[in-house]
Amino acid sequence: MLKRTFLKIATAFAVTATLTTGSSAAELTGPVNYIIPFGPGGESDISARFQQPFFKDKFGQDMVISYQPGGGGAVGWASLNGLSGDGQTIMGVNLPHIIIKPAQKDVGFTTEDLNVFHMFHYTPDAIIVKADSPYQTLDDLIQDAKANPAQVTMSGSGKATANHLAHIKFDKMADIQTTYVPFKGTGAAVTALLGNQVKAEWGYSTVAATQGEEVRMLAVAMEERHPLFPDVPTFKELGYDMVGGAYRGIALPKSASAEVTKMWSDMIAEINNDPAFRQQMLDNGFAMLDIEADGMADFMAARSEEYLGDAREAGLIE
Amino acid sequence: MELGHFLSALTPFNLLLALFGVVAGTIVGSIPGLTATMALAVLVPVTFSMDPASALILLGAIYTGAIYGGAYAAILLNTPGTPSAIATTFDGYPMAKRGDGDLAVALACFASVIGGLIGAFSLLFLAPPLSRVALAFGPIEYFWLSIFGLSLIASLSTGNLMKGLAGGAFGMLLSTVGVAEVSADIRLTFGSQMLVGGFGVIGALIGLYCIPVLIDLVATPDRHLKIEEDVRSVRIGEAFRIAMRSKFNLVRSSVIGTLIGILPGAGGSVAGLVAYSEAKRAGKAHQRFGEGEPDGILATESANNATVGGGFIPTLVLGIPGTPPDAIVLGALLVQGVRTGPTMFSQSGSIVYTFIYGLLIATVLMLPAGLLIGRYAYKSIVNIPKAVLVPMVAFMTIIGTFSIRNSVTDVLLMLGLGVFGWVVGRFGFAASPIVLGLILGPIAEQGFVQGWTIGAATNNLVGMFFGRPISQGIIAFTLMTLLLPLYTARRRRRKATEQS
Repeated sequence: MLKRTFLKIATAFAVTATLTTGSSAAELTGPVNYIIPFGPGGESDISARFQQPFFKDKFGQDMVISYQPGGGGAVGWASLNGLSGDGQTIMGVNLPHIIIKPAQKDVGFTTEDLNVFHMFHYTPDAIIVKADSPYQTLDDLIQDAKANPAQVTMSGSGKATANHLAHIKFDKMADIQTTYVPFKGTGAAVTALLGNQVKAEWGYSTVAATQGEEVRMLAVAMEERHPLFPDVPTFKELGYDMVGGAYRGIALPKSASAEVTKMWSDMIAEINNDPAFRQQMLDNGFAMLDIEADGMADFMAARSEEYLGDAREAGLIE
Repeated sequence: MELGHFLSALTPFNLLLALFGVVAGTIVGSIPGLTATMALAVLVPVTFSMDPASALILLGAIYTGAIYGGAYAAILLNTPGTPSAIATTFDGYPMAKRGDGDLAVALACFASVIGGLIGAFSLLFLAPPLSRVALAFGPIEYFWLSIFGLSLIASLSTGNLMKGLAGGAFGMLLSTVGVAEVSADIRLTFGSQMLVGGFGVIGALIGLYCIPVLIDLVATPDRHLKIEEDVRSVRIGEAFRIAMRSKFNLVRSSVIGTLIGILPGAGGSVAGLVAYSEAKRAGKAHQRFGEGEPDGILATESANNATVGGGFIPTLVLGIPGTPPDAIVLGALLVQGVRTGPTMFSQSGSIVYTFIYGLLIATVLMLPAGLLIGRYAYKSIVNIPKAVLVPMVAFMTIIGTFSIRNSVTDVLLMLGLGVFGWVVGRFGFAASPIVLGLILGPIAEQGFVQGWTIGAATNNLVGMFFGRPISQGIIAFTLMTLLLPLYTARRRRRKATEQS
C-alpha cells in the first residue's frame, strides 16, 4: 500500500518534472525540414549535407534537406516567416545575399526580418587560375592587368554576390581594371575557367579543394593561411586588407520562441564544435565560423555596414 | 574496370537497391511535378548508413528510372512528366489517341534501356576524353545552342514556323520575369512580390500541357483514349520488332543524348529535341512524324536516357554537375568522403566503377520493371472513367506544382498559364515552343551577356560571336533548320504551278 502511494507520488513528480522541463527548454518532436533556398550542388547545399549525418547522430532526429530555388534565394527567405516557428523548420541563409537583395528592391523580406541564429562557416574569397596559367603569383596578374586594362577576364558566381564584391574591392585596392564575367553559380564559373574562356576566376578556397592539381590559388582572403593550402598566401600577407567571403548560416521563422532559438543555436554550435565535422569542412576548403545567436546582432551589423558601403560605391544599390 | 568491381556491384543487396530505385524512380518521374531531384534529395540521408557504392547505385537507379517515367504522362496525358519528355508528346500522344498507347509505352521502355546503356557505357569507357566536350563549350556556344534548340522546336512542333517562333519568343519573355540569373536585376515584376521568383519550368510544363488537356476532356463527350475492342494484352513483341528495325535511329539518338548530356545545363529536353529532328530528317517518306510515328518516340526516349550517363561524365571527372540530380549525387559523394574531380577515377576508382556497373544493372532492370509498370499505367489510364480521371489529374496538377517550392503563387501562375495555353492553342500556338523558350531563354541570355562581356573586354566581339568553330557549326545547323522548310515549300509550290 505504502509502496503504491510512493510510486504514485514518484510518478506525479516525474510528470511535473517533464512538464517543467518541457516548458523551459524546447524539444524536437520529429524530423526537421532544412530548406535550402537554392538548387542542389552549391556550397550551401554541400555544407548542409555535411551537417546532416552529425545532426542525426547527436540529436536522434532526421534532418530532411529540400530545395526551394528562385529569385537568387529571395523566394525562400520571403516565405520563411510564414512558416511554423515550432523549431521543426529551418532555412539556410547567405551573406551578402540577405543584405544586398532587400537593399536593391522590395523582394518580400528585409534583413532584420530573418531570425538568423547561427553562422557556421564561410568560403573565403580567392583568385584561382588554371594550373598552366602564366600567372604564377598574384603580382603576375596585377602586372598584366596594369599593362592591359580591362583585358584580364575573371569569371565568378553571379552579380552583387561575394565574388562580385570581392572583384570590385580588389580592383580598387590594387588600382587595376579587370573584367568580371558573371556565371550561374560556382560550377559554371569553374567550367569557364577550366575551358579557357576566362583568364582567372574570383572563387572560393573550396574550388581549389575540389579541382586539386588542375588549378592554382593565387591568394586567399583569410586572416591566416588555410590549413589545406599552407603554400597559398593570404591577401593580407601580400599587402591587401581583404578578409571575408560568402558567409552561411541558418535562420528560424520569426515566430520561434527564445527557447527554440536557443536550442537551435546550441545544437548547431555542438555540431560545429565536433572535431570530425570541422576536419571534414576544412578538408573541403571551407573556413569555420562560430557566431551563435547571442553574438549575431553585432556580427550582422558589422557585415551590413561593409557590404552596403561597397555595393553603394560600386553603384549596385542606391 | 576489372571484373571485381562488376561482381561487387552484383551483390543481392545492391541488386535489390537497383530494382527498388528503378521502380521508385519510374513512379516519381511519371507524376508531373514530382522530380528526380526531389526523390534523390529525400533519399540521400538514407544512403549515409550504406557503403558509398550501394548508396550511389540506389541514387543512380532512381534518376534513370525517373527519366523513363516521364514518358508515361507524355504519352497518356500529353503532359511531359519531366522536361526531358517534351518531344515524346509529339508522337506519343497521337499514338495513344488512336489506341496504340500500350505499344508507345513499350517502345519508350526499349528506347530508354538502349539509351541508358549507351550513355552508361560511354561513362565507363570514355569518360575522361569526353569530359573535354564540356570544357570546349563556352558562353557563346551555349548561346547558339539555345538558339538552335528554339529553331528546332519552332519548326517541329507546329505546322507553322512563324507561330512556333512567336511561341518560343513568348517563352523567352516569360523567362526574364523575376530576379535575373547573372545580372541579379529584378525585372518585369510590376512591383509585385509574387513574380520575384519568376515562372518555374515545371509549373509552366504542367499548366501549358495538362490544363488544356483537362479542359478538352471536360468539353468533349469522347473517351480520353480510344481502346481497342480485342484485348491485345502483349504488344511487347511488336515493340521489340519496331525497335530492332530502327536500330540506327536508336544508336544515333543515344549518341546525341550522351554528347548533349555532357554539357552542364543543356539537359534532356534539348537532347530529346535534337535527336527527334535528326530522326525526322533521316526518316523515310512514308513516315509521318508528329502523327504517331514510333521512330519519334524511340529517338527522344533513347536520347533523354542517354543524358543520364552523359551527365555523370563532367560530374565525376570534373566535379561539375551537369543537372540538378547530378548535383545531389555529387553532394552525397562528398559526404561519403569521396573526393570528386580530376583525381577521382584514380583515387576512388573502386567506388566509381562499382557505381557505373550499378547504373548499367539498374538500366537493364528497367526493362522488366518498366514494361510491367507501363502496362499497368496504360491500363489504369484507359479504363478509368472520365469522371474520375479528370478530378484526379486536376488534383495532381495542383499538388505537383505546389510541391516544387511550397508556393501558392506557383499554383496560380500554373493555372493562369494553363488557361492562356488553351486559348492560344485554339489559334494554332503549341505549348512546346513556349516551354522550350522558358527553359532556353536564361541559357541564351547568360551566354549572350557573358560572350559580349568577354568579347568587348578583348576587343573581339565579331570573332567571339561568329569566329569560333563550334559556334559556326551550330549556326550552320540553325540556318539549315530555319531555311530548309521554306526552300522545300517554295519548290513544291513551283512544281504545282508548273503542273497546272
